[in-house]
Amino acid sequence: MKKLINDPADVVSEALRGLEAAHPDHVRVDHENRIVYRKDAPRPGKVGLISGGGSGHEPMHGGFVGLGMLDAACAGEVFTSPVPDQMMAATKEVDAGAGVLHIVKNYTGDVMNFEMAAELAAAEAGTEVLSVVTDDDVAVQDSLYTAGRRGVGVTVLLEKIVGAAAEEGRPLQEVAELARKVNGNGRSMGMALTSCTVPAAGKPTFELAEKEMEVGIGIHGEPGRQRLPLAPAKDIAALLVDPVLGDLPYQQGDSVIAFVNGMGGTPLIELYLMYNEVRQLLDAAGITVARSLVGNYITSLEMAGCSVTLLKVDDELVRLWDAPVNAPGLRWGA
Amino acid sequence: MGVDAFANWLRDAANTLHENAAYLTELDSAIGDADHGSNMDRGFTAVVALLDETTFETPDELMKKAGMTLVSKVGGASGPLYGTFFLRLGTALAGVEITPATVGEALKAGVGGILARGKAELNDKTMYDAWAPALDAYDEAVAGGSDLGGALVAAAEAAAKGRDATIPLVARKGRASYLGERSAGHQDPGATSTTLLLESAARTLG
Repeated sequence: MKKLINDPADVVSEALRGLEAAHPDHVRVDHENRIVYRKDAPRPGKVGLISGGGSGHEPMHGGFVGLGMLDAACAGEVFTSPVPDQMMAATKEVDAGAGVLHIVKNYTGDVMNFEMAAELAAAEAGTEVLSVVTDDDVAVQDSLYTAGRRGVGVTVLLEKIVGAAAEEGRPLQEVAELARKVNGNGRSMGMALTSCTVPAAGKPTFELAEKEMEVGIGIHGEPGRQRLPLAPAKDIAALLVDPVLGDLPYQQGDSVIAFVNGMGGTPLIELYLMYNEVRQLLDAAGITVARSLVGNYITSLEMAGCSVTLLKVDDELVRLWDAPVNAPGLRWGA
Repeated sequence: MGVDAFANWLRDAANTLHENAAYLTELDSAIGDADHGSNMDRGFTAVVALLDETTFETPDELMKKAGMTLVSKVGGASGPLYGTFFLRLGTALAGVEITPATVGEALKAGVGGILARGKAELNDKTMYDAWAPALDAYDEAVAGGSDLGGALVAAAEAAAKGRDATIPLVARKGRASYLGERSAGHQDPGATSTTLLLESAARTLG
């Protein structure tokens, strides 16, 4: 294992110290509970938005705390859900009387820990908590016999769009409905060229040969559904875009936000090359790209690879997407 | 039997989980996300710290506090699952005399908590595949006149068989379920840690 770390046990806490030191205008960090707060939270009258999950996906979620996005992010150990104490503390802290929305990616551990936290916060402090679970990964085909689809790229787009709506002062129920609409209109598919190494494990989670790739990968180094021979980017783009387009399904004339996300170990030059391929496939399918996002936003440590997310949008969603955002990991218009 | 025996169980479990942390993580690497060993180790290390700091008067008080500690420290799915197990186990032991029958009822209550939280069924390739045969074997041993130690040995042996029987199964819950058919051929990490816990109980609560 070759990493820029001190002790594997200190990776998360030291990274949070760095985030706080680098972005003092955006965030403050409760180091004991490992919660990243928007500097000026709680905002009076505003619905509090909380997300969280295992670490190792940076900039998600701590990098998305700030104006127009999240009020708090709870950081777990690498690839491990945070615990209910963290979400409870964050829920109480950001509740300004308008209630709190939990944004949860659909993983067994995350769902269970957020559920326990919501139950405890309601019982202890009387805070009104609604939850939305993201589950956009089309690689998981049979939801009946699995834990359901995983929450991946749509989570980033959702936190931005719903963050803008909360910033406008919309009530909790409306914000939650908007979040469900975004999740329902988005689909993703990812692939990996290499594995990643969890610091505490010290060795790669899985092995991929030089000429192999894993298609349908999640964001935790958990193997995907199919191991295939490495192919040109053009073919990989089709392997990702086709199942996404077929799933919702997206139709000719639809407008989308097209999101090509890096898994952490792939350079931007390759991500832009992939975006070019994705764009051609969308043009050929008659899909209009209203907005795009290219870069490393929901990563899997140093894994090389990418994911493609398409979110079907209307004028309202585009307007909320364009609204100002000012967080360590995403900034425009502010 | 008093609170000391239950404290010994938790200390012994912490030792055995620490010794097996790399093994559990290796099993989890194959079909999960490579953190089960380190998570369990961290949780039970915190439970031992709790035992060192606090004096407990009764087993139920100790088991409940251990459950809360696991919920707070472990994370992932195993935190809420094992945490809920010890919470419910403790609740069921409150105000009752410790006998093979009452411990059996408490184990059942604990596993009921795991099912309520995880919604698993038999053969989903989860820790429940070790718990279910263990509960049956425990009841059978008690019905046959076995004492607590004997019943726990029977439960641990049945859990080990249940653990081994998870190898050919296709996972239908948790992260392993994303692999579909590719999850077959691997032993479930949760069923493995459950077996370690029951083997530890058989060593210490007899």
